[in-house]
Amino acid sequence: MGFIINVAYFAAAVLFIVGLKQMASPVTARRGIVWAGWGMVIATVVTFLHPEVRGFINYLLIILGIGIGGGLAWYTGKRVAMTDMPQMIALYNGMGGGAAAGIGIVALMGSYELSWTIQFIAVLGVIIGAVAFSGSLIAFAKLQGLITKSLRFDMQQKINLGVLGATVLLGIIISFSGAQVNGALLTVFLLLALAFGILMTLPIGGADMPVVISLYNALTGLAVGLKGLVLDNAALMIAGIVVGAAGTLLTQLMAKAMNRPISNVLFSHFGETSGGDQSEVTGTMKEIEASDAGVMMAFADKVIIVPGYGMAVAQAQHKIWELTQLLQERGVTVKFAIHPVAGRMPGHMNVLLAEAGVPYDIIYDLDEINSEFKTADVAIVIGANDVVNPVARSNPESPIYGMPILNADQAKNVIVIKRGKGAGFSGVENHLFFADNTRMLYGDGQKAASELISSIKEIG
Amino acid sequence: MIEGFVALYIFMLAAFTGYEVISKVPVILHTPLMSGSNFIHGIVLVGTMVALGHAETTAQMWVGFIAVILAAGNAVGGYVVTERMLEMFKSSKGAK
Repeated sequence: MGFIINVAYFAAAVLFIVGLKQMASPVTARRGIVWAGWGMVIATVVTFLHPEVRGFINYLLIILGIGIGGGLAWYTGKRVAMTDMPQMIALYNGMGGGAAAGIGIVALMGSYELSWTIQFIAVLGVIIGAVAFSGSLIAFAKLQGLITKSLRFDMQQKINLGVLGATVLLGIIISFSGAQVNGALLTVFLLLALAFGILMTLPIGGADMPVVISLYNALTGLAVGLKGLVLDNAALMIAGIVVGAAGTLLTQLMAKAMNRPISNVLFSHFGETSGGDQSEVTGTMKEIEASDAGVMMAFADKVIIVPGYGMAVAQAQHKIWELTQLLQERGVTVKFAIHPVAGRMPGHMNVLLAEAGVPYDIIYDLDEINSEFKTADVAIVIGANDVVNPVARSNPESPIYGMPILNADQAKNVIVIKRGKGAGFSGVENHLFFADNTRMLYGDGQKAASELISSIKEIG
Repeated sequence: MIEGFVALYIFMLAAFTGYEVISKVPVILHTPLMSGSNFIHGIVLVGTMVALGHAETTAQMWVGFIAVILAAGNAVGGYVVTERMLEMFKSSKGAK
């Protein structure tokens, strides 16, 4: 029996790695998740034969648990809107972290004979898993709008450090306290680790959440890998550590795309130290009617659309795709320019556009498209703000200075579709809106897009 | 039993694999890929099953039971949302 189980776990590990590899390219991505899914099915089914799994009640609870957890996740996962995807990922990830911590707790409750090294690794896994669990729940609550304030108080970092120190200290005591760990000690230890995850995540602002979620994803992977060592299970070790490493890289890539070093995300707060952008804005905002904007686009050779999260909130992506098709029929080249942080996490905007039916090969990222704005007749900015603010290039005083931006200002004409006149997420005035070649089209994204469509249709 | 140093080798090789596999991923796939890797650590389900299957006292069973629920949520939820996202990626040429 042991042989079959090992073969199955090996096959699962291979399927996971190949699946992950395929997920890294848009052409094969769909197949990748299906392969990884089969890996999971094989590993799960064969575990029912595991020699360490025994007892009628135990089997019953396993099946019941899979039914409850799997059923709830299936139901919520099928129903969640694409705009809410980031927080759902956070939630599912947190559950994985909690599960890893749970394994560690069970092992430390004396169900296994552990050497002190393994016991220490189990303790480490509990800390990491518990932090990923409670931290992810806070991240979920923040993105879902359940927590709107970023809690900050004096001495915060020192208190957090104190909690972490106490957790680690207790962990070390537990590691050396032999197979029968005191239950109360274990409970306090778990609660402290959970508290640290909460305290660490509370002060982090909503804009930085994607990086944090990605970090917790990597941490859960690491915790799972450590549990593999405790349980002597190679499938857990390999899959966990592969995700731990891939997640770490992904976190770095995201942080880089947002021009926010990871240490800044975790230990400082966006906009807190900036004295505000005091530079004078020259020029005025100039309004345009939808009919005029429609004409401008209809007779252009090349149009670049810059969508932001505002577009998704207004549910305008379907209208924008309709507009795109209309322009394409007239022979206009239309391209989408996606800033790495458009949407709520890198790649989120692509998902939202894909949902509307926009093919991925007319969607370009920052490096690919930035040189093309010079040759574009019209750049349409819809629901985006900070990511097209030229201040990031020109003004070292500005809090967003240095952030890579889309050079929409270099297009011959810029049309900004915007609800009102306010500043962006960072609170910085956008100089693009005041530029000579920029026209503002005020209104709800979906309504504005509809008006553009009808005005182009009228031209015939 | 996986001996200490063998475990260390597995960890090292797995870490390099994870790093290499996604080192050239385009930004458009960051969100689905994060979701996909989130699904893969759902393998923790296997661990929770063993832990619960092995549990003897009532307290161990309770913790194990909660862990299985959480792990199943991780695996199933991770799969469903990743698959839904990737399903939508289409090329304009109409090919898959």
